[in-house]
Amino acid sequence: MLAESLALSAVLFSIGAIGVLTRRNAIVIFMCVELMLNAVNLTFVALSKVYGMAGQVFVIFVMTVAAAEAAVGLAIIIAIFRHKQTVNLENINLLKG
Amino acid sequence: MLAFLTSIGYESWVLPTLLALPVAAALVIVLHGSASKGEGTGGLDDAAAMFPRRITLFTFLLEFVVSIGLWWVVAPGETGFRAVVDLPWIRTWGIHFALGVDGISVMLVLLTTFIMPLVVLGGWTSVRTKLHAYHALMLILTAGMLGVFMARDLFLFYVMWEVMLVPMYFIVGIWGGARRLYAALKFFIFTMVGSLLMLVAILYLGIKAGDPATGIPNFAFDQIFAAAAQTPQGGITLSWFGIFVPGSTLLFLAFFSAFAVKVPMFPFHTWLPDAHVEAPTAGSVILASIMLKLGTYGFIRLAIPLFPAAAMSPGMRTGIIILAVIGVIYGSLVAMVQPDFKKLVAYSSVAHLGMVMLGLFALTRESVQGAMMVMIGHGLSTGALFLLIGMIYERKHSREIAAYGGIAKVVPVFATLLTIVALSSIGLPGTNGFVSEFLVMVGSFKTYPYMTTISALGVILAAAYLLWALQRIIYNPLDKPDNTHLTDLNWREIGLLIPVLFAILWLGLYPKPVLTRMEGATTSFVRRVEAGASQRAASLPRGIR
Amino acid sequence: MLLQEATRGVHPLSGSIAEWVWLIPLLPFLGFLINGWLSITSAAHVGPKDPSAAGHDAAGHGDDHGHDSGGGAHGDDHHPVVRHKYAGLVSIVGPAVLLLSFGLTLAIFMAMLGVSREAPFVRTLFSWIPAGDLHVDAALQVDPLSMVMTLVVTGVGTLIHLFSVGYMQDDPGYPRYFAYLNLFVSFMLVLVLGASYPVLFVGWEGVGLCSYLLIGFWFTDKANADAGKKAFIVNRIGDFGFLVAMFLMFANFGALDFLGVSAAAPGAGFNSPLVTTICLFLFLGCAGKSAQIPLYVWLPDAMAGPTPVSALIHAATMVTAGVYLIARSAFLFSLAPVAQLTVAFVGGLTALFAATIGLKQWDIKKVLAYSTVSQLGYMFVGVGVGAYTAGVFHLVTHAFFKALLFLGSGSVIFAMHRAYHATHNHDDAQDMRNMGGLRRYMPVTFILMWIATLAIAGIPVFAGFFSKDEILGAVFARAHESTLAQVSWLGIPGSALLFIIYAMGLTAALLTAIYMTRMMLYTFHGPNRSGEKEQSHLAEAPWVMTGPLVVLGVLSLFGGWLNLPALLPVGPIGVLDHWLEPVVGTATNAVTGGAAEVAHGTEWALIGAAVAIAVAGILIAIVRLKPERLVPKAQAPEEHGIERVLLNKYYVDELYDRVVVRPTVWISRNVLATGVDEGIIDKLLVTWVGTGIPRLFGWFGSRLQSGQVGTYAWVLLIGVIAVLGAFTLR
Repeated sequence: MLAESLALSAVLFSIGAIGVLTRRNAIVIFMCVELMLNAVNLTFVALSKVYGMAGQVFVIFVMTVAAAEAAVGLAIIIAIFRHKQTVNLENINLLKG
Repeated sequence: MLAFLTSIGYESWVLPTLLALPVAAALVIVLHGSASKGEGTGGLDDAAAMFPRRITLFTFLLEFVVSIGLWWVVAPGETGFRAVVDLPWIRTWGIHFALGVDGISVMLVLLTTFIMPLVVLGGWTSVRTKLHAYHALMLILTAGMLGVFMARDLFLFYVMWEVMLVPMYFIVGIWGGARRLYAALKFFIFTMVGSLLMLVAILYLGIKAGDPATGIPNFAFDQIFAAAAQTPQGGITLSWFGIFVPGSTLLFLAFFSAFAVKVPMFPFHTWLPDAHVEAPTAGSVILASIMLKLGTYGFIRLAIPLFPAAAMSPGMRTGIIILAVIGVIYGSLVAMVQPDFKKLVAYSSVAHLGMVMLGLFALTRESVQGAMMVMIGHGLSTGALFLLIGMIYERKHSREIAAYGGIAKVVPVFATLLTIVALSSIGLPGTNGFVSEFLVMVGSFKTYPYMTTISALGVILAAAYLLWALQRIIYNPLDKPDNTHLTDLNWREIGLLIPVLFAILWLGLYPKPVLTRMEGATTSFVRRVEAGASQRAASLPRGIR
Repeated sequence: MLLQEATRGVHPLSGSIAEWVWLIPLLPFLGFLINGWLSITSAAHVGPKDPSAAGHDAAGHGDDHGHDSGGGAHGDDHHPVVRHKYAGLVSIVGPAVLLLSFGLTLAIFMAMLGVSREAPFVRTLFSWIPAGDLHVDAALQVDPLSMVMTLVVTGVGTLIHLFSVGYMQDDPGYPRYFAYLNLFVSFMLVLVLGASYPVLFVGWEGVGLCSYLLIGFWFTDKANADAGKKAFIVNRIGDFGFLVAMFLMFANFGALDFLGVSAAAPGAGFNSPLVTTICLFLFLGCAGKSAQIPLYVWLPDAMAGPTPVSALIHAATMVTAGVYLIARSAFLFSLAPVAQLTVAFVGGLTALFAATIGLKQWDIKKVLAYSTVSQLGYMFVGVGVGAYTAGVFHLVTHAFFKALLFLGSGSVIFAMHRAYHATHNHDDAQDMRNMGGLRRYMPVTFILMWIATLAIAGIPVFAGFFSKDEILGAVFARAHESTLAQVSWLGIPGSALLFIIYAMGLTAALLTAIYMTRMMLYTFHGPNRSGEKEQSHLAEAPWVMTGPLVVLGVLSLFGGWLNLPALLPVGPIGVLDHWLEPVVGTATNAVTGGAAEVAHGTEWALIGAAVAIAVAGILIAIVRLKPERLVPKAQAPEEHGIERVLLNKYYVDELYDRVVVRPTVWISRNVLATGVDEGIIDKLLVTWVGTGIPRLFGWFGSRLQSGQVGTYAWVLLIGVIAVLGAFTLR
């Protein structure tokens, strides 16, 4: 059971990572980041079977932070959309040197 | 005199007082400045503007009076530090507030306290804006310069070294000429780059000298010298060139970079003409009279005696002497063709300071004494030259030599004083210039005869550039109509130059009191470096020597 | 030092008036202070309290202000109208301090007559430069040589000061003039009295300074200011040599006072490279100060100064300092025959070269200037061949007759100037083509000038005859037997070279007689060319000017009695020889090897040749030159060929300008200042490299910062993989 759980989380994490690296839409990337977070959460839960309760506590923390991040992140994306009429990251390069 | 000084405990409080007075005065001026908001004319009728002038002048006069006792404290033949003060400052880093003067530094302290009142008087009417800030900066600057000369703790030395940098930056940058920002920035960056390398070396030495058990570094001069004497045998091998660079050479180069820029040695001198030209009169005088001496003082106090073997290794020594001689000749030649009188004097400083470096690295007792005399004498005569230029600039608003001509007719007092000061800069016997340059050359000739002979050619060039300039300014036909309206010097200006003239003649005719006071310190400097150089050379492996 | 102490303790002059020798230079210095103070207080208009504010005012009320301060600026120095308000006081102080000095010198001289003069008396005043092994005392030395020089300087100096009272009376810079003149004498006395090379050097440079100030006395004329500057800088080239010689002495002998060096010098060895080098560098100094080839160019230009200055500084005293220095360093030069031959040869060459230029000058002072250069060459021939007494003897007689010639020309110029001034003529008052026939208007000057001319030409009984003859005789004798004859100089045997020098000396004597007679003919004989109106204004100068002339005339006439040769026993023989024996005797003997002078028969022949040459020169001039045919300067035709070359002094000034001055300035300006300083250091290193490298890094860094979040993420991933990979592979 443990091995299957970890394998699933690895697959989820990889999908998320590839999504972050290859997609251009900010919303999609945001979703992929969430996917990676949840993959890690899954790992924590699975491993808490072996190492004790600390992993599950961490999951609560991660979910809390992810919720906050989602709120702020989406707000920023909406603000960018209002400003530039797009959420394509290729057009958002204000930070270039 | 000494008995009286002892009875008032002079030695225990004089040096801290000299540092504290200007700082306190600066605070008073800043408080007064923030209290009086009104923007006056800045002229002599503006009461609010007169306050900082008067306070500063009073402070500097007081400084001079207080410092004059050091003349008796450092008696002829004295070799060690006197008026020593040693207070712990930052305990966890082993930093002390340690002050003291010996025969070398006391002359420079006295030069500083002597020049500063004249500097304030010299800018009495020419500076008319932001007078509070101007005078406060000048006071802080003085504290910094005095601190460098008095410091007996390497860290304190560095702090003071940086303290004086900032006020100068602002003095040039705010009250300077048209290109003042460029000049101020150039000055700042040049000196900063050098002194940062020095900071690294200072920290290294401090940690080396520290207590290995507690890990607390130690920056006191005595311990630093002891630590430097056993600097690691190691170093860096530049495998590409197959050269082994000993650690002491690297450390010496770090100090060298700070001091050589300040001196300034060729080719690190280009900040000087810009800074001199753009600075207000006071800035030029302070730069020329005192700040340039900080570089050579650094060599004689730290760089050379700390690393005698590195400084006096044949390659390094010859290289520096060649740079010094290039400085003498090059500075004179470039000075000759400058259309701007301030720039001319700036390049002549390069030449004079080259002479100092020659004297220091030739390392004979005569040449080192001579180098000290050049430092003092250059402070007086070049300072006076800048004061005089400032005075005529205030009337005519031009530094171009070509803008004048024949003005000896209209301003005879100015012409007379300019001639005397220029002659002292040329090195005419009877003035300080001759005694000092003669000593440098007569001493250097023993160790570097050919280099000294070349630098003696500077004697000819000095006459050429200054007399040519003199001719174009005060002689020749009075053919520019507006020059006929020039007004001669007033009593304030004459009065502030008289002490300088007196000092110029005194040092030229009877320099013995000064020479004998420096003799002990300079002799022990020469002995220590000679011993260190030969001893270290013997202990190094053969390939490195 | 020890030697000095020893001599001081037992010296017969200690405790006598010679202890007061320091007053001799101090008195003129006090005169300088007084006159200088009067000068500056009368010229000064102390400025306003706030010059910045005044500057703004001046813009507004320019006229008021200009009137206020411009009042001090007189119109033209050359055409003054009122006497200076302190003229009376200055006229007393200026000459009086000199007279006092002269009196004191005489007193010390008298004191010396009665005592043994073997060792010099050194009066140490204070320790001047004590540093390391160097101990230079401010000390003055009283010995026969310095006394001779002091007598000449103060004696002739007093006469010239008196003359100046008349000559400069109407000049607005009157106190300034006397201040400079007093200062000059003070430094000159330090020069001749100094007991060590550095103290001598103080006087040496000091007189150079005064020369500079006095040449450029009328500084509003650019030519005068140029001439003063040129004199100072050319002198400085010589001073460079003097300095290096002192460095060599200190490094090798460990002393710089005359006694110390003379004690240590023999240790260096006869004809050793060291002594030769020292002597050659010393001679470079002498060549600068005494206007020898190649540094003679400043002296003719120096005639821009007032004429009494030319007489005092550029004829009688300062320019002879080089001769004095060699006589003073006789103990060194006698050890260096090669250097001696150099001195003699350069002296001979200068004597001849300058004499040829003197042939074709029109300015009366220029003739005398080149004559001075030529006569100085003679003196160097004398001291060069080790005939130190002869050199000094010629120095003394030359001081008499050349001062007379200059002052005489001064009173001629004074008369011409006054005449031109009265008629508002702006012609050249110094050009001989504008003179002529002046003997009718100025009989006293005329007679005295002829005395001096005969003296310089070398006609018997006049002073110059004896001194010149002694030099030429010495050269001839040295060619036969001396240390000089035995060495070779640049491959030429010494004796041959000495014969060449002798021939040059004789030729120069011929030319001297010709150009001096020419000057006299054109100035005093023939018809007057000054102009009709001017003739009525030409007159003899006042007594205060002619008085000193008469005294100098007497000295020029009888000065030869100072050192009569044994051959002509018309008085006491060889007074100066005996007098200078303690100073230069040993050195002279070292050169001659104690050999006797030439045989009597030969000596008569030599004298005969010299006299014949001088008479021939005068006759040639009288026969060939026709003053009647001369036309005033304004109508004079242009010269051609060799005359033009001579008139333009062989174009040496132009050559120096093209070869030395302009290239130096050009290189300084275009290569060093613009190229190296502004170009390489400031532009290339500071601006391009110094700000370029940070910019390059900045540009590279900013390219990485694309702003593409995706790129960042990839970089992040690659980084993670790299770090993980590094850990795994380790």
